[in-house]
Amino acid sequence: MLRFVLSRFGQTVAVLFMASVMIFAIMRLIPGDPVLMMLGDDFTQDAYQRMRTKLGLDRSIVVQYVLWLGNVLRGDFGDSLLQHERVSILVWDALVPTFVLVLASLVVGMLISVPSGIVAAMRKDSAWDYGSMGFAIFVYSMPAFWKGILLIWIFSVYLGWFPAMGYVAPWKDFADAVWKLVLPALTLGTFFSGLVARIIRSSLLEVLGADYIKAARAKGVRQAALVYRHALSNALIPVVTVIGLQFGALLGGAVLTETVFSIPGMGRLTVNAILNRDYAVVQGTILAGVLMVVLVNLAVDLTYAFLNPKIRVA
Amino acid sequence: MARQLDVEGGFAPQATTAEPTLATGGLRRWWRRFARNRGAVFGLGVLLLIVVMSVFAPVLAPHDPLAQGVGPPLQRPSLDHWAGTDSFGRDLLSRIIYGARIALVVGVVSVALAMAIGVSLGLAAGYYGGWLDIVVMRAMDALFAFPIIILAIAMMAIMGFGVVNVIIAVAVGFIAPFARVTRADVLAVKEEPYVEAARLAGVSGPAIIVRHVLPNVLAPIIVQAALRVSGAIITEAGLSFLGLGPPPPTPVWGSMIAEGRNFIVMAPHVSTFPGIALMLAIIGLNLLGDGLRDTLDPRLRR
Repeated sequence: MLRFVLSRFGQTVAVLFMASVMIFAIMRLIPGDPVLMMLGDDFTQDAYQRMRTKLGLDRSIVVQYVLWLGNVLRGDFGDSLLQHERVSILVWDALVPTFVLVLASLVVGMLISVPSGIVAAMRKDSAWDYGSMGFAIFVYSMPAFWKGILLIWIFSVYLGWFPAMGYVAPWKDFADAVWKLVLPALTLGTFFSGLVARIIRSSLLEVLGADYIKAARAKGVRQAALVYRHALSNALIPVVTVIGLQFGALLGGAVLTETVFSIPGMGRLTVNAILNRDYAVVQGTILAGVLMVVLVNLAVDLTYAFLNPKIRVA
Repeated sequence: MARQLDVEGGFAPQATTAEPTLATGGLRRWWRRFARNRGAVFGLGVLLLIVVMSVFAPVLAPHDPLAQGVGPPLQRPSLDHWAGTDSFGRDLLSRIIYGARIALVVGVVSVALAMAIGVSLGLAAGYYGGWLDIVVMRAMDALFAFPIIILAIAMMAIMGFGVVNVIIAVAVGFIAPFARVTRADVLAVKEEPYVEAARLAGVSGPAIIVRHVLPNVLAPIIVQAALRVSGAIITEAGLSFLGLGPPPPTPVWGSMIAEGRNFIVMAPHVSTFPGIALMLAIIGLNLLGDGLRDTLDPRLRR
C-alpha cells in the first residue's frame, strides 16, 4: 500500500511538472509584448529596458521558467491588469462557486443514476431497462448550455418554480443557496447521471453473475436484498473511477453551466479574462483547473486502492 | 498473421488480435453484427443526414443563411419559415442547415488531426518503450489533466477566433486519449509471434509498426475516433456559445443557441431549433460510437 501511495504521489508531481511547462509555454506563445502592454503608449527606451529586467525577460528561458514556477508555488499568480487585484484571490473567489456547483451536481447525479441503474440491471431487457438507458444517453448527449436554457424556459419562465440565475454561498443562506442551485445542478447533474447510470447497470450485471452472489441466491436471499446488501457496494466501486476520469469534463460542463445561470465562477472569470486579454487571470484559471483535476484523480486513485484489497494489502 | 482460431466461441480470445480484425477481413461479419444494433444504425443515419445537409446545403436551404430581413424578425415557425426567423429576420432553417457544415468540419477534421498525432505518439511510445515511453506518456497525462473546454479557451486566446483555430484547439485536447488507447494495445501486439518474426527477419522498426502493429490496433482507434467526434462537436458548440467560436454572422449552432437565449420568453424557437439539431447530432454520434465499440472491440463484446 505504501509503495503504491508513494509511486502515485511521484506520478502526480511528474504530471504537474509537465503541465506547468505546458502552461508556461502557452503563456509565452500568446502574441504581444507584455512589457509594451504594461507600459502603455508613452515610454522611453530606458524604461522599456528596466521593465524587461524587472520582469526577468532578459534572462534565459529556463531561468524565466524557474522564476515563474517559484512564484506559482508560493501562490503568487501575478496581478490582474483590469481588476487591480491579486490573481490568486480572484481565482479562489471564483473556484468556490464552481466547486459548490460540481458537488451539488455529483449529488443530483447519484440520486438519479443509482436508482435508474439498479432498475435497468434488475429488469434487464425490459421496458424499464430501455427507458432508463434511453434517458441516460439522452441527458448525457444534451449540451449543458442548451439543457440549462431549456430548464430555465420550463421551470423558471413558464412554471415559475425556480429562479433562473444567481448564486448564494450555502454557508450564508442555505435554503436560498439550494433554491438557486436546483436548476444548475440539474443541468450538470443529469449529464453525470447519464454517464454513471450506464456504468452502474453494467457493473451490477457483472457482479450479479459472480459466484458469491450465486451462493447467496442459492441460500435463498431475496433478489432485492441481494442487490442492496451484497451487490451494490461492489458495483459502485467503478463509479469512483469515473468521477476521476470525468472530473475534467464536469469542470468544463460547470464552466458552461455557470455562464447560462450567471454564477460568478471559473467560467465567467476565464471567459471575461480572455475577452479582455487579461492573461495573468487566464493563466491562473488554467493552473487552478489542472490542479483540481490532478488532485481529484489522486484522491480517487487512493480511495480506489483503499477500497480494493488487492492493492491495499500488497 | 493474427490468430484466427476463434470465431463464435471454442477458443478463448488470447490476445486482442485473436479475432479477425478489420485488416484481416472480418468486415462482412462485423457489418452483420453492426446492422443488428438499432441505436448504431440510427446513429449512422444521423451521420449521413449531417453529411447530406453539409454537402447539399445550397440546394436544401430555402433561403440565404446570411440574408437579413427575409422575414419579419423573431417570427414563429410558419409555412414560409419552417423554423421561424431570428432577431435579424434571417431564416433559421437555412442557418441550421448551413450550421451542419461547421459542426461536421470541426468534428471530423479536429478528430482526424488528434488521431494522427496521438496514434503516432502512442505507436512510438508503445513500440520503443524506455525513456521515450516515459516522457511521452507523462506528457499525455499532463495534457489529459487540462479540462478540454478550458484548454480550448486558452488556445483561442493565443490564436484568435476562427474555424481553423477552433479545430486546432479541439484537436489538442483530444491527442492524449488517442495516444493512451494506441499505446495500451501496442504493448500487447508487439509481443505477438508475427512481430517477433518480422523483427528477427530484419525488418526495420518503422516498417514493423506500419505493416504489422498498426493494422492490429486499428479497431480501438476507430472506436475512439467515433466516440470523440461528438465530443469535438459539443466542444465547438460550447466555444461558439461562449462567443469564442467562428465570428458572426457565420451560421454556427452554438452561437445561434446563445443568441436565442436573449429572446427565450418572446421567441423560444430561436434557440430551441438549433439546440434540437445539435442534440440529435450528438445523440446519433454517441449511439454510433457505442455501436462501433460494442461490435469492433472484442474485449467489450459480451
